[in-house]
Amino acid sequence: MTDMTTTYVDLAPSRAEKFRQRVLPMILFALALAVIPLFGPSRSTLTLLNHMGINIVFALSFNMLLGRAGMLSFGHAVYLGLGGYFCVHVMNWIAADTGIWGAVPIFTMPAFGFGAGALAGAVIGWPSCRRAGTPFAMISLGVAELVAAAGFMFDSLFGGEMGISADRMGGPEFLGLSLGPLNEVYWYIAFWTFVGVVGTYAFTRTPLGKLSEATRDNPERVEFVGYNPQRVRYLVFIFAGAFAGMAGGMSAVQDEIFTPENLSLVPSGAILIAAYVGGIRYFTGPIMGAIVMTYMGSNLSDYTAGWLLYLGLMFVGVVMFVPDGIAGVVYGTWDVLRSGRLNEVAAGWAIRLLGLALMAVSTITLVEVAFRWSDGYGEVFEPFGLELAHGSPLTWVVIVLPFVIGALLLRRVARSESEVTS
Amino acid sequence: MSNEALQLIDLKKSFGPAKIIQGVNLQVAKGERHAIIGPNGAGKSTLFNLISGRFLPTSGEIWLNGDKISGKKPFEINRMGLSRSFQVSNIFTNMTVRENVRCGVLYSMGYGYSFWRNIGNLREVSEKTAAILEDVGLIDKAHLPATLLPYADQRTLEIAITIAGGAEVILLDEPTAGMSHSETDRAVALIEKASQGKTLLIVEHDMGVVFNLADRISVLVYGEIIATGTPEEIRGDPKVREAYLGEEVEEGVPA
Repeated sequence: MTDMTTTYVDLAPSRAEKFRQRVLPMILFALALAVIPLFGPSRSTLTLLNHMGINIVFALSFNMLLGRAGMLSFGHAVYLGLGGYFCVHVMNWIAADTGIWGAVPIFTMPAFGFGAGALAGAVIGWPSCRRAGTPFAMISLGVAELVAAAGFMFDSLFGGEMGISADRMGGPEFLGLSLGPLNEVYWYIAFWTFVGVVGTYAFTRTPLGKLSEATRDNPERVEFVGYNPQRVRYLVFIFAGAFAGMAGGMSAVQDEIFTPENLSLVPSGAILIAAYVGGIRYFTGPIMGAIVMTYMGSNLSDYTAGWLLYLGLMFVGVVMFVPDGIAGVVYGTWDVLRSGRLNEVAAGWAIRLLGLALMAVSTITLVEVAFRWSDGYGEVFEPFGLELAHGSPLTWVVIVLPFVIGALLLRRVARSESEVTS
Repeated sequence: MSNEALQLIDLKKSFGPAKIIQGVNLQVAKGERHAIIGPNGAGKSTLFNLISGRFLPTSGEIWLNGDKISGKKPFEINRMGLSRSFQVSNIFTNMTVRENVRCGVLYSMGYGYSFWRNIGNLREVSEKTAAILEDVGLIDKAHLPATLLPYADQRTLEIAITIAGGAEVILLDEPTAGMSHSETDRAVALIEKASQGKTLLIVEHDMGVVFNLADRISVLVYGEIIATGTPEEIRGDPKVREAYLGEEVEEGVPA
């Protein structure tokens, strides 16, 4: 041991590494956001992109709780909803030009949502963050029910079942954006998505952000290094509420309406699924999850009435077999490619993909045939010109055979891999 | 009395009908290395849990540098300058070794719950963290996740987190438990170095470590201190030999 050294090894990553790992991805993300409009997206694509942006910020704020602080919330939509409701009211004040409100640009709504979400988090978090783990999850569930019920009861604030709508074209223009046409709303969403991503990432780099990870790992030890784990959780909760409220502000301008549904358990569950499927252990996981789930939510429903069922199956599959989510798969694949081990694992991957595909064929056939039959309109599932009625033997061959073969393939790969590692 | 770093006055703790600590009085002077020994189940860990605030005493008082700390919460006691380690490694498993130590450093450097600073820009924190990692010999493993460390290194990290905050009074709960001989020797060297100029209270089963390290020793049997004194006095005390050391000598444990 060298006692006399006064300069210590610099453990921080080098400047180049910092740039490559932190700044460069942000630049690329900003570039991607800026380049997208050049492809001339249609109105429906723009709407989809805008919802992706909103959900990215929402999922990231959710993951401040679940992934970083280990707090499972079943009611995170409450903060998006309250932030969004506040923004809808502000937009109406702007439209009415009351007091100073006439001078506020609609562009700043997410900042108002941020404040309202933080306030909601501070008020609701005060009692609920006294508990952790399962009690915290249960309290969040109760709060979500409570707030959604209140939403249906207090018409003047929440507008009852119809909700409250607003007009995004009021107020002074900001950066020359009237926010009328969808492509202008895109720039608004893109700007605030970027702010949200940078903001939630910056939070992970603060002492409080690091302490939230420590509290997740070992709340007891946190107490013995001078921190109150309850206080850590409470502060993180306020920030998570704030960023959710910011997403609410983005949503208020995009959709121009908020209803008590937005506060309910349904969007809370959806964001939990999006963050988890994306991968809660990674900062980028919820971003990927939000993109994929928003896409599936809006497009899969065009193809099949059973899309929620597939979503559910996918969630269960991810929880059981790929707990690190999409991000885990992406980074795992990237590591393999970079270290040049593709040859070793390619065969295993191919078999695994084939197995999964076969099982998917079987599951999809079963679901599609089943709900057509249960509908009772005599409709028949006809993929690729095949006629798969519920009574025909061919249907059951297509359901059973791929499932068995797929399961056997997956089992074989799993076995041979465990033999290699053991 | 101001020379006492730690003072326990008639401390008692019961869990229901079970009286685990039955009236412990103990003074540890500033700068003293004080060991607590005793057979299994004597209440050594409970005593540590009482002092560090993990348990509330049933009755009695605990004073730290002239301030009463009994009844305070663990993080308050920690901020007043008392830090402890655990018998079972109690680290932040999913974080790197460096992040683990940094968590121990942060509060003492005044960065409480700060959310407006980039942790990477806190020079003093980074330097202090590196200094501690170098002192304990974990600098080469700084970027490993703590959960991947071998057992002995996890124990070392446990001590590193404990001393990171620069507390004046350090409680170590069986720091060498489960270590090999060479690992124990290294741990003892580390403890000696880390406790320089500080007050150390240590629970330890390895008599070699205790008699090497301690200025004074207290023997805890069934929740009571039956003797306190220098290693020589304890070695010669017939009560202690009967209650505790006698068994150990027969097993040939003392090094």
